[in-house]
Amino acid sequence: MTARLRWRKLVSGFMLTLTGVCAAVAVSTLFFILGYLVYHGGTSINWDFFTKLPAPAGEPGGGMANAIVGSAKLLLLGSLFGVPIGFFGGIYLAEFSGSSVAFVVRYAADLLNGVPSIVIGIFAYALVVLPFKHFSTLAGAFALGLMMIPITLRSTEEFLHSVPRALREGSMALGASKWRTIRSVVVPAAYRGILTAILLALARVAGETAPLLFTAFGNRYWSPGLGQPTASLPVMIYTYAISPDEDWHHQAWAAGLVLLALILIVNIFARAILARGSAIPRS
Amino acid sequence: MPSASPEAGSRSFLSRLRNGDEIARIITFIFAATVVLITVLLVLQLWHDSALSRHKFGLHFFATRVWDPIAEEFGALPFMFGTVVTASVALLIAVPLGLGAAIFLAELAPQKVSDSLQFFIDLLAAVPSVIYGLLGIFIVVPLMRSYIQPALKATLGFLPLFQGPAFGVGFLTAGIVLAIMVIPYIISVSREVLLSVPRDQREAALALGSTRWESTWKVVVPFARTGIMGSIFLALARALGETMAVTMVVGNAPNISASLFSPGYSIAAVIANEFTEATGQIYVQALIELGLVLFLLTFILNGLARLLLVVTTQKGSGMGHV
Repeated sequence: MTARLRWRKLVSGFMLTLTGVCAAVAVSTLFFILGYLVYHGGTSINWDFFTKLPAPAGEPGGGMANAIVGSAKLLLLGSLFGVPIGFFGGIYLAEFSGSSVAFVVRYAADLLNGVPSIVIGIFAYALVVLPFKHFSTLAGAFALGLMMIPITLRSTEEFLHSVPRALREGSMALGASKWRTIRSVVVPAAYRGILTAILLALARVAGETAPLLFTAFGNRYWSPGLGQPTASLPVMIYTYAISPDEDWHHQAWAAGLVLLALILIVNIFARAILARGSAIPRS
Repeated sequence: MPSASPEAGSRSFLSRLRNGDEIARIITFIFAATVVLITVLLVLQLWHDSALSRHKFGLHFFATRVWDPIAEEFGALPFMFGTVVTASVALLIAVPLGLGAAIFLAELAPQKVSDSLQFFIDLLAAVPSVIYGLLGIFIVVPLMRSYIQPALKATLGFLPLFQGPAFGVGFLTAGIVLAIMVIPYIISVSREVLLSVPRDQREAALALGSTRWESTWKVVVPFARTGIMGSIFLALARALGETMAVTMVVGNAPNISASLFSPGYSIAAVIANEFTEATGQIYVQALIELGLVLFLLTFILNGLARLLLVVTTQKGSGMGHV
């Protein structure tokens, strides 16, 4: 009996240690990724990377200034398209809609959220690239904006729902209309959470490559306006990484370091906003 | 009077209009309807733009190995094979590791440790797939070619799974990179599900004399198994739809092979590689049909996952009262 008990305790201790090992392995992956990127990217990065255009194939040097600007344009334009739809759609779900309409909208948003990013690329290609007959910043931004909609919509709805009822009633009791209440009381009470969600959505699409392959395409030069194909950091990482050119590999590492640093900083910043105060004031 | 009631109705409508409620309602409704419209449009576009390919090849599309743009003969079998094999390898690695880590975070680690580790897991989930692809090409592939594949061949080489030349790229490598990518999803969702298991379940098991592990493995995990299945389906949907990391390490050769060392291809990877270069309507439509297949697969898996996760939370609260 004691031998049996000792065995069971041994198994328990062993298996529990093993779960700890699993957690350690999972978390250490992040540090491996960071370590490799800092090591390889840090040695390849220089001022030229941020200020120069890509050098012609075979020539050393050059940078990714056009890809950095291209990514910024894609993200800005994408948010201008995706965030309002998600935000106001979320307000409708939380404040105005009946349950059956809400179910349909929610279902559509969840469906959109699960669509593989490459399929989003096909959709944006058919809707924006084909009619204009060439790849463009506009098409890439459309694809990225589409991916921001479901995240913004569902989190806006969720955070508005968690605003206490008493707050709304207080405002209504003062004679404010429903819209006035939403605008001046409910949304301000939930803004931290909504802002966090929008930043996280932005960070998520910032690294998306697949939907840009046949919408924004790529460009080795500046892309003026919105109607031209444009370079972007993720697509540059991809094309440089699969090329045989040693110098391009270094640039891919540098771009990877810049992209990941930006994404992680936005992530940490967004979570800090949420953590700094409770998202919803307690009533 | 017959004319009074519409007038009253319009007056109240006007007054609601004046204080903005009705306008706000209509405008926000338009935004919400846009979401539905876009989603419907996406499904219609995939369906409509693959019509030629669907009619020409029918169900043969899924049973043919030929992918010949010049002869305009297209079959999806090698790509579907590659997608299924890489995703299966990924789950075989990611499920035990992810579940183990989730058990540690939910059952063992003190709240503060658990929360801060979960923070790192969340950051890991935010790493974009092209970064995983980059590390895959330059770190994992050489490692596989020089060490892991030769070692596997030496020890388990009698299995057809681990035979053939070690290229570095291939099903196994893609599966491993995918596993690393989906582990954060399994951990986050499973941890939530495990944390929602009522405390008395654990206490009852411990009171009956079970060890800590026995209470976890025989009571808590079975209680949460529906939700854990949900997390696995979510991870599977991710792995099937993942494009960049797979494209960069799978080898991009339409092989069907028993060996995991063999270079392969996946549905998402072939779309990424060939879509911009596809000439001829039927070629493009065959690629869009592949997109449709991918969409349907992830749609079904995500739906199942959501169903399982909803059932767990309801069952969880229901059982809590018993």
